[in-house]
Amino acid sequence: MDQEGVNNSRRRFLAWTTTGVGAIGAGFTAVPFLNYWNPSARAQAAGAPVEQDVSKLQAGQVINMEWRGKPIIVYRRSERHLASLAELEGQLRDPQSQVDQQPDYCRNQYRSISPEIGVLVAICTHLGCSPLYRPELGSVSADWPGGFFCPCHGSKFDVAGRVFKGVPAPTNLEVPPHWFPNENTLIVGEHQEGGAA
Amino acid sequence: MSATTGSAKGGFLGWIDARFPLSRMWNEHVGEYYAPKNFNFWYYFGSLAVFVLVNQILTGIWLTMNYTPDAELAFSSVEYIMRDVQWGWLIRYLHSTGASMFFAVVYLHMFRALLYGSYKKPRELLWVFGMLIYLVLMAEAFMGYLLPWGQMSFWGAKVITSLFGAIPVIGPDLVQWIRGDFTISGVTLNRFFALHVVALPMVLLLLVVAHILALHEVGSNNPDGVDIKKNKDASGVPKDGIRFHPYYTTKDLVGLVVFLIVFLSIVFFAPTFGGLFLEKPNFQPADPLQTPEHIAPVWYFTAFYSILRSIPDKLTGVIAMGAAIFVLFFLPWIDRGPVRSIRYRGLSYRIALFTFAANFIFLSYLGVKPPSMMILGIEASSWAYYAMLLYFGYFAFLFIYTAFGLERTKPVPQRVTE
Repeated sequence: MDQEGVNNSRRRFLAWTTTGVGAIGAGFTAVPFLNYWNPSARAQAAGAPVEQDVSKLQAGQVINMEWRGKPIIVYRRSERHLASLAELEGQLRDPQSQVDQQPDYCRNQYRSISPEIGVLVAICTHLGCSPLYRPELGSVSADWPGGFFCPCHGSKFDVAGRVFKGVPAPTNLEVPPHWFPNENTLIVGEHQEGGAA
Repeated sequence: MSATTGSAKGGFLGWIDARFPLSRMWNEHVGEYYAPKNFNFWYYFGSLAVFVLVNQILTGIWLTMNYTPDAELAFSSVEYIMRDVQWGWLIRYLHSTGASMFFAVVYLHMFRALLYGSYKKPRELLWVFGMLIYLVLMAEAFMGYLLPWGQMSFWGAKVITSLFGAIPVIGPDLVQWIRGDFTISGVTLNRFFALHVVALPMVLLLLVVAHILALHEVGSNNPDGVDIKKNKDASGVPKDGIRFHPYYTTKDLVGLVVFLIVFLSIVFFAPTFGGLFLEKPNFQPADPLQTPEHIAPVWYFTAFYSILRSIPDKLTGVIAMGAAIFVLFFLPWIDRGPVRSIRYRGLSYRIALFTFAANFIFLSYLGVKPPSMMILGIEASSWAYYAMLLYFGYFAFLFIYTAFGLERTKPVPQRVTE
C-alpha cells in the first residue's frame, strides 16, 4: 500500500480514540450483564422485615426465626449469664464490639437492646455454618461458660455472641437490625427509626 | 512413509482437503504425530482424562433432560432420575462417579508431570493451560455439586461462597452478587446450573484444545526427559518416536479397558464410595436452617480445605488456600533444575517430591475429618498446620535447591532408554 502522504499522528489519534470509545462502550455494556446477578426485586421483597411475638419467651428458651433466609435466634438470658459477661472479657477477641457486626444501639456488653433478650444471626462468622446454642455450663467443654458453639470448625462465642480467642471465627456473631415496637413484639430487619436494613 | 502426501489426493477426500484441512489435521495430531516410544504406565492418564470428559458431557446432557433447577423441585427430580427414569440411576452414577474419577485421573496426570519434569521448558505454557483446566474443573465440580440440592450441596456452597466475604471492602457485596440473594437460594441454584451446564464446559473444551495444541507444538516429554526431536532420521522423523496412531491409540485402549474395570466397579458396587464420592448428608434435602454436624467438601478439594482450616484467621486462611493453588502455576519457574526426569535428578529432589505427594494425600485425609480429631495425641488442626507448612516448604526447597546449584544430577542419556 502506498504510504506516501500518510498522517501517522492522525492515524494514531484515531486508533486510540476509537479504541477508547469502544472500551467505554464495552464497560457500559457490562453493567446490565453484571447487575443481572444481583438480588432481583422478588428476592428483595422476600427479604422484608419480619415480626415475632416474644411474650412467652422464658429464660433459657429459644425462638428460631428466618429473615432473608438467615436463621435468626432469639433467646432470653438468665441472671447468671448476664453476670458472667464481664468476667469473660479477657478471653474474648472483641469484647467491646469494635468490629462493625451490630447496629450502633447494640454496641454494648449484652450486644442487644434489652439485657435479657438477645437477637443474633445464627451464622458462624467463620464459614457460615449455624452455631448451636449451648447455654448450660460445661456442656461443650469442662470450663464452658454457656454460649454458642459451631460444630463445623469449633468456633466458640459467649451468650452475647462475642467470639473467643483462638478459634477460626474472626468476628462476633452478627446482630441483625431489630427493634421492639412494644415489650411483647420484636421486628427483625428494620431499625427503630424506620430505616430499612 | 513420506510425511506429506495429502495435497494431490483425488476422490472425495481430495475434494474435502481442497476445502478443509482434514488430512493435514489428522496427520499433525494423530497419524503422523510422533511420540516418544518409551511411554510407561503414567502416560495413560491424559487420554483417560479426555475419555472421562466425554463421559461427563454425554451423561450430563442426558441428566439435564430430567433434572429441574428449582429449589423446590431439584432434589426430587434427582430422585426421580434415580428411581423412575429408565436407566436413570446408571446415567447419574456414571456422572457422579465420573466427577471423582476425573480428579483422580487429573491428579495422577499432574503427578506424572512432576515425576518427569513435563512442565519444564519448552512446556511451561502447556503446564499453565493444564493448570487452567484444573482450576475450571474445580469450579465446574463445585457448581455441579450444588445441583442435587442436598444438605451438603447447600452447606458446601454456602461455605465456599462465603470465602469471598473475607476480601476486604467488596467482600460482602461480592458474596451477594455471586449468590444473587441474601443467602444460597433457588436463584443461586439456577445460575450454578447455567454455569455448570453451558458456560464452564465450553471454557473447559476450549482449554483442552489449547492444551493439546500446545502439547503437539512442543512434542511430548517422556520418562527419560530426553528431547527426541534432537535425533531425527533422514526423513525428519525422530528416531525414538513412534506414530501416535496406531501405536498409542491401541496402547491407550488397553489402559481404557483397565480403567473401565475400576470405574464401572465403583459405579455398580460402591457409587457413594463410603461417603467419599457422594456424601451421606446429601441424601437429605437442603435445609437452610439446619447445619449438618460436620461440613466437608468432596475428597478432591479436601487438601486445600485443610490448608484453609489450618489457619485460625479467615482472611489469612483464604489467602493460604488460594496461594496453594496459585503457586502451582509458577512451578516451571520455581524449579530451575536443568534435568527433567526424576530418573536423573538429585536424591533430595526424589525425597522431596515423594514427601510432597504423601503430604498432599495426608492433607486430603485431614480435610475429610473433623478438626478436633486426635491423631497420636495431637489435634488434626495442628497436624494440618504443619502439613500446610510442608506443602509450601516444598516450593521453597525446590527453588533454593535448584537456583543455587545445590542439586547433583546424574548424566542424562542422549537417547531414550528401554
